Formats: sequence, structure tokens, C-alpha cells
Amino acid sequence: MKIAVCVKQVPDSWAEKKLRDGDAILDRAAVEGVMNELDEYAVEEALKIVEANGSGEVIVVSMGPDRAAEAVRKALSMGADAGIHLADAGLEGSDAVATSYALAKVIDGRGFDLVLFGSESTDARMSVVPAMVAERLGLAQLTFANKVEVAGGSVTIDRVSDNGVETITAALPAVVSVVEKINEPRYPSFKGIMAAKKKPVETLSAADAGLDAGQVGLAAAWSKVDSFAARPPKAAGVVVQDEGNGGIAIADFLAAQKIL
Amino acid sequence: MGEVLVLVEAADGSVKKVTTELLTLARTVGEPSAVWIGPGYTDAAGAVLGEFGAAKVYVADGAQYTDHPIAPKAELLAKLVADLSPVAVLVPSSAEGKEVAARLAVRTNSGIITDAIGLTADLVATQSIFGGSTVVQSKVSSGTPIITVRPNSTAPEASAGAAARVDVSVDLSDAATKATVTGRAAAQKGGRPELTEAAIVVSGGRGVGAAEGFGVVEALADALGAAVGASRAATDAGWYPHTFQVGQTGKTVSPQLYIANGISGAIQHRAGMQTSKLIVAVNKDAEAPMFELADFGVVGDLFTVLPQLTDEVTKRKA
Ligand SMILES: Cc1cc2nc3c(=O)[nH]c(=O)nc-3n(C[C@H](O)[C@H](O)[C@H](O)COP(=O)(O)OP(=O)(O)OC[C@H]3O[C@@H](n4cnc5c(N)ncnc54)[C@H](O)[C@@H]3O)c2cc1C
Ligand SMILES: Nc1ncnc2c1ncn2[C@@H]1O[C@H](COP(=O)(O)O)[C@@H](O)[C@H]1O
Repeated sequence: MKIAVCVKQVPDSWAEKKLRDGDAILDRAAVEGVMNELDEYAVEEALKIVEANGSGEVIVVSMGPDRAAEAVRKALSMGADAGIHLADAGLEGSDAVATSYALAKVIDGRGFDLVLFGSESTDARMSVVPAMVAERLGLAQLTFANKVEVAGGSVTIDRVSDNGVETITAALPAVVSVVEKINEPRYPSFKGIMAAKKKPVETLSAADAGLDAGQVGLAAAWSKVDSFAARPPKAAGVVVQDEGNGGIAIADFLAAQKIL
Repeated sequence: MGEVLVLVEAADGSVKKVTTELLTLARTVGEPSAVWIGPGYTDAAGAVLGEFGAAKVYVADGAQYTDHPIAPKAELLAKLVADLSPVAVLVPSSAEGKEVAARLAVRTNSGIITDAIGLTADLVATQSIFGGSTVVQSKVSSGTPIITVRPNSTAPEASAGAAARVDVSVDLSDAATKATVTGRAAAQKGGRPELTEAAIVVSGGRGVGAAEGFGVVEALADALGAAVGASRAATDAGWYPHTFQVGQTGKTVSPQLYIANGISGAIQHRAGMQTSKLIVAVNKDAEAPMFELADFGVVGDLFTVLPQLTDEVTKRKA
């Protein structure tokens, strides 16, 4: 069982995020980076599948600037076996279509049985990269899983859909994305952190990965930001202490807003 | 005027409100045609699509489009894009809609914009990002613009269209049928409006204390004709079904009014409700971060404040 897990380094959830003036790219240098928390569940699930299977290998794949290597190390310290870090100045500003192209190129031909993803990156919040990678690799797509079972050469998931739960099954290899209900990601142990330092990480440039430079980066992005602006700050609201008429106070507010 | 394709989202055979919103928005860009993919198309559904301006309704009837998730819908749409060269494709910003749009973008070598909340005649989309702190105008610069639009982004306006039925189909690739749906468990639905479409959402969090505690939340929701939402703490505890979770990993809602009860206001919860037009919070703790977002807040016990509010709403509506 050979599993790839795609992890993205993103700005810390609580950090204030800003677009850079000029090129309207997320200013990643200005904020602390962390592994996309939803990808931790994908790493955990990969480790669990290998543990249940008795043998296997978990390879972390990340595309991002040099410091994204920290996210790869974090996954290694949780227990993944090796990493692939695609880092190249020419990749900066890639949109989702280009990201999926680059990830698919890196993943293709390495003999993975499963390619795991988080359900969404907390910065871009698109939830599209897993579907795009499945499309590019011609693999079965089983996304938004809150349960994954791998047995007898096939994978079965419960997909949390807008209308309930769907059970979906496919033969391996397949693309799977997981939601945060699926498991409780382990914390890296001290031993794990030490061991991670010695685990192999393959750092690839765009050329190493065989990418067509014309298909990645800001210049190749197929959707472009025309303009952006900070939303005008909201006027501070009114907060009152309930002294027996809190419900009536809300009703009065709703009436003043013409909702009641 | 160029043709604009609108992917229909339906539940139990009836057209969802978000589809009528997309048809309305599509009319600012060109002439809308609706695309119905999957079994269950009826004349009644066609009549709704016509009422909101669909000139044509492309119908791809067949179980293969829903027995296999996502990919078949993308392949059908890709064929229509190739055959019809529409000026744009609009898709509802649901989890499934975004994934269909994602695959369609790759298949048609097109740019994609997700979670638009507005669209101009020349296809500039407005998005609200970083938890609503930044408003962005973007445009697709390659291929056929594929734009997913959030529910509640525009008010549906009727405008008669012929809704002429055109049957379509596509030969699915092997890849599109590799994953198969083997079972479905529908979420229980009350008589309440759909969470992402509701004009008012009343939510409960850990402060509700137990499954039974949601009684006061539901009573208020029913008095207001609202949908019920929940925080992850409440869904994880099993007090309310997961499909009603609002937030980063739940639904994104943008109603006229969001009432958060016993919800502290963690960043992951805010991510799903921050763009609500009006926010009201009820919480025992005056320091709860939810109050920073609230237009109006009451520091108090939700078990006394909500019943009083429910009574008041019922009285004033009578
Ligand atoms: C990867 C990830 C994804 C997540 N996704 C989501 C998501 O999609 N949606 C989501 O909601 N959360 C999500 N979370 C969880 C989030 O971080 C918070 O833990 C969660 O939102 C807390 O829910 P809560 O506000 O109901 O509970 P708490 O934070 O425990 O707050 C309960 C509040 O109730 C108040 N209270 C208690 N009793 C009463 C009473 N009688 N009357 C009035 N007020 C009372 C308390 O003062 C407190 O402020 C996610 C977390 C992670 C790590
Ligand atoms: N640059 C990247 N490197 C590795 N994985 C990524 C990258 N971008 C997105 N992903 C994966 O795709 C998932 C969905 O991302 P998104 O479509 O951006 O919301 C994430 O949870 C990651 O697993």
C-alpha cells in the first residue's frame, strides 16, 4: 500500500491575511505558516490505513515556497515516511488549475494506490484541487469522506454530501479527500520529531517535475484578480446585559431593522 | 446575446431556490439555458426554470449521471461547452457544484472562480475572502469562464423564458464511472427552509447543553420561519445532525439574519457565517468573541432569552 498525502502550508487561521499590493497574491511572508489543519486529518488517515494494512508507505507531497518544507516535516514527525516538496519561484501565484496540474505531474507514475487530500485549504477555501487532480490522473474520485475503508484492492467511503451521506466505492488506485470528522490527528511525539529530521525529502524544481513553465505561476493563471479592497469596517454592534428583557430587546432590534 | 449555461440544483425533483438566483444573475450576462443532469426531470421543474428566464432546458436524463459521483456531470457539461460555446457556465457553490465546476475547468482548459457573490455583465465576479475581511473582483482570462455562485447572492426575479426542452447525452469516459454510489442515507428534513438558502438562520452551540436543548432554538426558528444551524461542538456531541453544521467544514451561510446562541465564535465557525447581513448573539459570557461580530448581542442565558424572544416574535407577527 503506497499512499500519497497532499498537504499545503497556509497562514495560521487566526492571523490577519492580506493580499499584496501590486500582484494581489496572498502575502505569505507576512504571517506565520502552518500545515493546513484539514490536511492533518488526511495524514492521520493515511497512517491509520497503513497501520491497519500491516505494511505500506506514506509519502507527503507539498507544493509551496521554501518554508513549506516545515509542513512536510510536520507530516513526517506525525509518522509519514518520506516527502516530496515542489518548490520553485516560477510556481508563485499559481491558481487551482495550475496547482492541480503540478501536483498531478508529481504524483503520476510513482505507483500510488491512494492519493489523499484534506477537504479544503483554509486560505483558498476552494475545495477543488482533489477533484481536479482526479480528473487529470483519470482516477476514481471519492471526496469529502468521513469514513474510509480499504480492503481487497478497493476503497469505500462515506461522503458527507449536501443531502446526507452517500456510500461510494471504487477499485484502487483512487483519489480520496477527508473531512475533519474522520479521526483525531495525533500530535507528533518527541521521538517522531527527532526521527523526522532523518527522513528523506525530495525537493523538486518545476523543471525537475517536468512542468511546462507556461502552465504555472501568476502569468499563467486563468483567473485574475482585477481589484480588491478591505471591507469597510463594520460599525460596532450593541451588546446589552439581560436583565429580564433580553428577548424583548432583540425583538425591538429586529423591528428597527424591519425584520419583524 | 450569448448563451449562459446554468447547472440546475434540485432536491427531490424540485428546483432549488439557488438555481432561480443563478438564472436571474445569468440574465445580466446573456441568455440563460438551464442544464438538468440526472433522472427525475418533470414539466413542473421545467416550468420553474422557464419562469426565471431559461430559454432552453438541456436535459440529460439517466441514472449513470448520479450513480457515479461528480465526473459524469462534468463530462456532460464539457460536451455542451464544446458544442455550444457558451459565454459562461454558472454553477451553484455547493460542495458538489464546486467539484463539478473544478473538473469542468480542467476538461475545458478554462479558468474557474468559486464562491462568487456577485457578477457583472462583463463577467467580473465579486468574492468575499479571508472571512469577509477583503472583497475581490476577479475575472476568468482563459477558456469559458466557469463561475460558482453562493446561494443568497441575489434575489430571484421572474422573467419568462421558453424553457424549450432539448435532450442531450454524452458517452462517459471509463474514468468517469470508476467510482460508484452504492448507498444513500438522506438527511432528515423538517419543514424548515434549507440551511444555505434561508433568509434567517438560528444556530445553537455547546451552550445549548443537550439534544433537548435545541428545542428552544427550533421554537425560535419556527416563529421566524428560519432554518436551524449548529456549531461543530453541538454536532460532534450528537445533539444535532452534521448536515446542519455551519462553518469551515460545514455549510457557508449568508442570510439576512444569523442568530448565534451559546456559540463562542471560534474562527472555524465564523468562516461559515461571517458574511451574514445582520448578526445577533446570545451568550452567557460577555467576553465571547461572537460579540465582536454581532450587530446586536445579549449577555444572558439562552434558556430565558430565547423563549422570551420567541413569544415576542409570535405576538408581533400575529
Ligand atoms: C479542522 C477544524 C474544523 C472545524 N470546523 C468547524 C465548523 O465547521 N464549524 C464550527 O462551528 N466549528 C468548527 N470547528 C470547531 C471550532 O474550533 C470550535 O471548537 C467550535 O466552533 C466551538 O463550538 P461552540 O461555540 O458551540 O462551543 P464553545 O466554544 O464551547 O462555546 C460555547 C459557548 O456557549 C456559551 N454558553 C454556555 N451556556 C450558555 C447558556 N445557557 N446561555 C448562553 N450561552 C451559553 C459559553 O459562554 C460559550 O461561549 C473546527 C475545528 C477544527 C480544528
Ligand atoms: N500547494 C499545495 N500543495 C499540496 N497540496 C495542496 C496544495 N493546494 C491544495 N492542496 C490539497 O488540496 C486540498 C484542497 O485545497 P483547495 O482546493 O485549495 O481548497 C488541500 O486540503 C490539500 O490537501
